Amino acid sequence: MAVFFLAPGGSSVRYFFFNPRQMWDSFVGNPAKGLSSVGIGLLTNIWMFLLCEVLVLIIGLLIASVRTSQSPVLLPFRLLATGFTDIFRGIPILLVIYMVGFGLPELGIGAISRQSIAVYGCVALTLTYSAYVAEVYRAGLNSVANGQLLAARSLGLTHAATMRRVVLPQAIRTVIPPLLNDFISLQKDTALVSTLGAIEATRAAQIYAATEFNYSGYVVAALLFLALTVPLTRFTDRLIARDRSRRLAGAS
Amino acid sequence: MSEVVLELDNVVKRFDDNEVLSGVSLRLHRHEVVCLIGASGSGKSTLLRCANLLETIDSGSISLFNQSLLDDRVDPDLVRRHIAMVFQTFNLFPHLSVLDNVLLGPVHALKRNKAEAREEAREMLSRIGLLERANEFPDRLSGGQQQRVAIARSLVMRPTLLLLDEVTSALDPTLVGEVLDLLRDLAHQGTTMLIATHEMNFARDVAHQIAYLDRGVLLEQGTPDELFTNPRHESTKNFLNRVR
Repeated sequence: MAVFFLAPGGSSVRYFFFNPRQMWDSFVGNPAKGLSSVGIGLLTNIWMFLLCEVLVLIIGLLIASVRTSQSPVLLPFRLLATGFTDIFRGIPILLVIYMVGFGLPELGIGAISRQSIAVYGCVALTLTYSAYVAEVYRAGLNSVANGQLLAARSLGLTHAATMRRVVLPQAIRTVIPPLLNDFISLQKDTALVSTLGAIEATRAAQIYAATEFNYSGYVVAALLFLALTVPLTRFTDRLIARDRSRRLAGAS
Repeated sequence: MSEVVLELDNVVKRFDDNEVLSGVSLRLHRHEVVCLIGASGSGKSTLLRCANLLETIDSGSISLFNQSLLDDRVDPDLVRRHIAMVFQTFNLFPHLSVLDNVLLGPVHALKRNKAEAREEAREMLSRIGLLERANEFPDRLSGGQQQRVAIARSLVMRPTLLLLDEVTSALDPTLVGEVLDLLRDLAHQGTTMLIATHEMNFARDVAHQIAYLDRGVLLEQGTPDELFTNPRHESTKNFLNRVR
């Protein structure tokens, strides 16, 4: 705080980054001057991460289920799933965004190559985050004691019913906090789609900065992201605390 | 003697190079209680798991009412609905209430009507004296209570045969009695049971036959009187001396 007010460049930083009028202007935007609204841009971030989160939850679970399966028949799928997680956890997300965002349109295969930039961004984010979330799920599935599996099977439940009624409910309960953690980071990473040119909050702020020579739009975008991620962070903390107290109560 | 329920013939089970069961043969008749005794690692648990098709065997045969269970056309899930198993560590489902633990098999394996199954589950819980805990989660119950619920969970399947794997070994000594009392009741009602146990007095009381396993070999079998008072093998004598 002291640095902010007393530093030699403090006043210019306050002018270029925290200028209330500029912050408001960048937030609402100005179509006449070709300025996109950072506020409206954020809506793009929101629908992107909502869509991605749903897809990631499903695809991640599928991959994890395949990877933890035992059946020899599924071996090729297991290898495929392992390859998928290795590749998409190993490539920097920015490169995945470039490859999908610039590659898929070039392929020229019908509808797949005629999507909006934001959609390509979602595909890239979903690929990368599915790989991460699959690992989270996998840890959860492996954390369920083998005795649970034996007990369910000895009751005559099929493998599928055992997964659905016994293993998954316990696994998902353990992985909710780390899962939410990944979602917080996914929410922020929607900003990377700006590199493809999608007009979301970060990109709108960038345009504002380039046009008006004022960076207050970036601060607005940062504050808006905080407004999204902080509640989710608090919620995650609460879940972890509740989980811990429940476990302690169970142990006593 | 009444009809044969379970028959193991020359069962061999290996884990990698380690032969855990070396040609075990055993018969169990209807209403009969057989206790498996033997040191830890002698293969008691493995034998029970094989009987419930939770392990595949390397050679030999297992049959239920004279029908081989190793036939490819036999669905293991169907077999397990007739052979219930209770584990040393209870293995209750921690995310389900006591009642839902007991209901899982009848509703999701036997596909029985939920209302009827619930009625029956409540009756079973009242029989083991835990009806008032029906809506609690297993971790709120003592070990003895949990094991009684686990037994109730098996009984609502109306199994032809009940397998019990050292069901009192993980219990505090003060809680062993309530579980053994329940098993005594079941024995008196004519439940067919194969029980792996270290409780020699209990085995002597309830078993019609005692089978002694020694490093994967069923060394001798007989009535409690025969086996406890007149063991034929040196190894049996030594084992009995050590546990008594």
